Amino acid sequence: MFDDLTEKLGDVFRRLRGYGRLSEKDVRAAMREIRIALLEADVNYRVVKDFIDSVQSEAVGERVTKSVSPGYQVIKIVHDELVSLLGGEGERIGFAASPPTVIMLVGLQGCGKTTLAAKLAHRLKKAGKRPLLVACDTRRPAAREQLAIVADQVPAPVFFGDGTDAVEVAASAVKGAREQGRDLLILDTGGRLHIDDELMDELARMKDAVHPTEICLVADGMTGQDAVQVAKEFDDRLGIDGVILTKLDGDARGGAALSIRAVTGRPIKFVGVGEKVGDLEEFIPERMASRILGLGDVVSLVEKAEAVIDQKEAERLEAKLRKEEFTLDDFLDQLRQMRRIAPLDQVLQMVPGVDRKMLKSAVVDEAALDRFEAIVCSMTREERRRPEILDGSRRKRIAKGSGTTLHDVNNVVKQFMMARKLMKDVTTGKLKVPGLPEFRR
Amino acid sequence: MVLSVLGKFKGSLRRTREQLKSGLERVLRGRARIDDDLFEELGEILISADVGVAASERILDRVKSRVRSNGVDDPGEIPRLLQEEIEEILEAASRRLTAPEKRPPGERPRWERPEAGEGADEVPVTEASMAAKEGTGGPRVMMVVGVNGTGKTTTIGKLAKRYVDEGQRVLVAACDTYRAAAAEQLQIWADRAGVEMVGSHSGADPASVAYDALSSTVARGGDVLLIDTAGRLHTRTPLMEELRKMKRVLARLHPGAPHDTLLVLDATTGQNGLSQCRLFHEALDLTGIVLAKLDGTARGGIVIAAAEELGIPVRYVGTGETIADIAEFDPRSFAAALFSD
Repeated sequence: MFDDLTEKLGDVFRRLRGYGRLSEKDVRAAMREIRIALLEADVNYRVVKDFIDSVQSEAVGERVTKSVSPGYQVIKIVHDELVSLLGGEGERIGFAASPPTVIMLVGLQGCGKTTLAAKLAHRLKKAGKRPLLVACDTRRPAAREQLAIVADQVPAPVFFGDGTDAVEVAASAVKGAREQGRDLLILDTGGRLHIDDELMDELARMKDAVHPTEICLVADGMTGQDAVQVAKEFDDRLGIDGVILTKLDGDARGGAALSIRAVTGRPIKFVGVGEKVGDLEEFIPERMASRILGLGDVVSLVEKAEAVIDQKEAERLEAKLRKEEFTLDDFLDQLRQMRRIAPLDQVLQMVPGVDRKMLKSAVVDEAALDRFEAIVCSMTREERRRPEILDGSRRKRIAKGSGTTLHDVNNVVKQFMMARKLMKDVTTGKLKVPGLPEFRR
Repeated sequence: MVLSVLGKFKGSLRRTREQLKSGLERVLRGRARIDDDLFEELGEILISADVGVAASERILDRVKSRVRSNGVDDPGEIPRLLQEEIEEILEAASRRLTAPEKRPPGERPRWERPEAGEGADEVPVTEASMAAKEGTGGPRVMMVVGVNGTGKTTTIGKLAKRYVDEGQRVLVAACDTYRAAAAEQLQIWADRAGVEMVGSHSGADPASVAYDALSSTVARGGDVLLIDTAGRLHTRTPLMEELRKMKRVLARLHPGAPHDTLLVLDATTGQNGLSQCRLFHEALDLTGIVLAKLDGTARGGIVIAAAEELGIPVRYVGTGETIADIAEFDPRSFAAALFSD
């Protein structure tokens, strides 16, 4: 949809051959492209204006080093500036000195408060807290039911109270928390279509009644120019302590993050990246800056891969590959590791330079992967070790056991044999794959 | 009727209008002639309403060429030209749904011109084809889709009420089998509208729920079936495929169904809204947009971009939280509400 910013800037600087200083004219031309990139990313236009002004003066006169192209040089300056603006590295949820900690989630309708309440509970429960979710949305149809269901996924208990007055519910939840042995309360408040006095009054009264440890503004990551207005009004009326951005698992560039940060100065603490209860990530300014500029997100990808791939395991595998001892069990392990990183199409999206259009035609068929797992799991140990012994009747049994067809089983076996041969050729150096570093011990 | 619609938009677009107006005043104050500087600032005003960079530039290019060809030299004329341009874009998209195209190629908005790429090879929906759809008899099936949290279920409640008031027999189908308590929420809206809800056990295949819902709508002699679907991000290809499957299943049971596929857009959405429109349109061939949560602070400029770039018309506008807060979209009133008091 957007031409790559790197590419565009490359065009701007084609004349400049990697020497000398950036002239004002060059920088101004580059800033035009960056300005458009930021606006397309939904950064508020006033914030863009200030930002460009400050970066522009900084970039002029900067020496262009020989090793880096001027395009990258400018992107780096812009990127670094964005990172420092987004700031707040290591900003965490603050806990109360004497429990319970009370976190109040506020935001507009449909920004994802209820889902986020569960995600936050899940996350902090892992960190050793004993969360209680509090249903303070007394107006939206089925809001309480929804909270009850997502709480089950944590799992965490929900406090409903009498369900009529939101402030009352919050207050009695806090009162009863200690007896119940809960040291963390997450208040899921009601959203409104737009900021109205009635909503703000209710929230302000709730704030006075329970003295929350933190008030977190939940904001839709797809919000446009209005993000600034919303954040400002919530901050003016309630004084927010932090921001959580949701729905960042799509292709929204999330310029709202920069707008909100610039206007309120409050740190962004988490980002929601999916529908499952575990889909919550810490906010990392570097990544957000890359995303807003449309530069892909290699860091995230590497980190995710590191988190799930066991180094020792990888070495063991490589040795097996060399000795041609690679079995279907190993194949299955590998597949499971890959899938633990993220759905494969998400993994692909994080790789810079991968064209989204291309991505769409290369749909990762998750169902086929499920079938593959089922088939391998229906084999005996011996069969997984030595697929050679799979004759017709064994294959028929496997198809039946895995609920697939004989054709599917044949395919899996065939693909495995081919993969094994290919990997052997690569590891022993018989086959050179362009772009792939050679395996070395 | 027109007056009350205008009134509704005016209230809804209050903030946007104030901003546009004060922006225009600021830009035009003390300005004697029309120059590039002026257009640069006008671009900023449009962008601040979420119209987007690309669409704003093209809109201003057209205003510019009108200024040139009509020999306009009074900057005070600019707001009128801008309003007319926006009205024309929105109207062209709406016309595409109801009437064959008759305008000369030169005046066509970008999405209709052959070089535009997207949308260029699409056959416009004509009156004849609409009539053919109507002619199949049986219920009118409307599928409502969108990303998470835009207001699909609420929109269905409002539409149901609206059709009931028109004397139609309406059913709603709970095909959001994914989100927690989605069916409960729809049930509450169904009760408010006084219509029957069919289907749904959590976790069921939405296409099969849709199928059952349509069968029972036909069996009960319903006039309209509104189908609620689970919110999904437009980039999740497998989930988009799920919607396509629903569409296919509906069409197999009842040729012509779904007669409408409406995308619900949150009025506060920024440029990502365009991506939503594009991908949902590619997958499902949308018949229109419902602009939800347009009630004061939101800009809704994204629908101008959607109409300009993709030719997708806005059909309804959600203007508040009560069941009656929905209005049919009228390009003229919308454009007027943006600019005039």
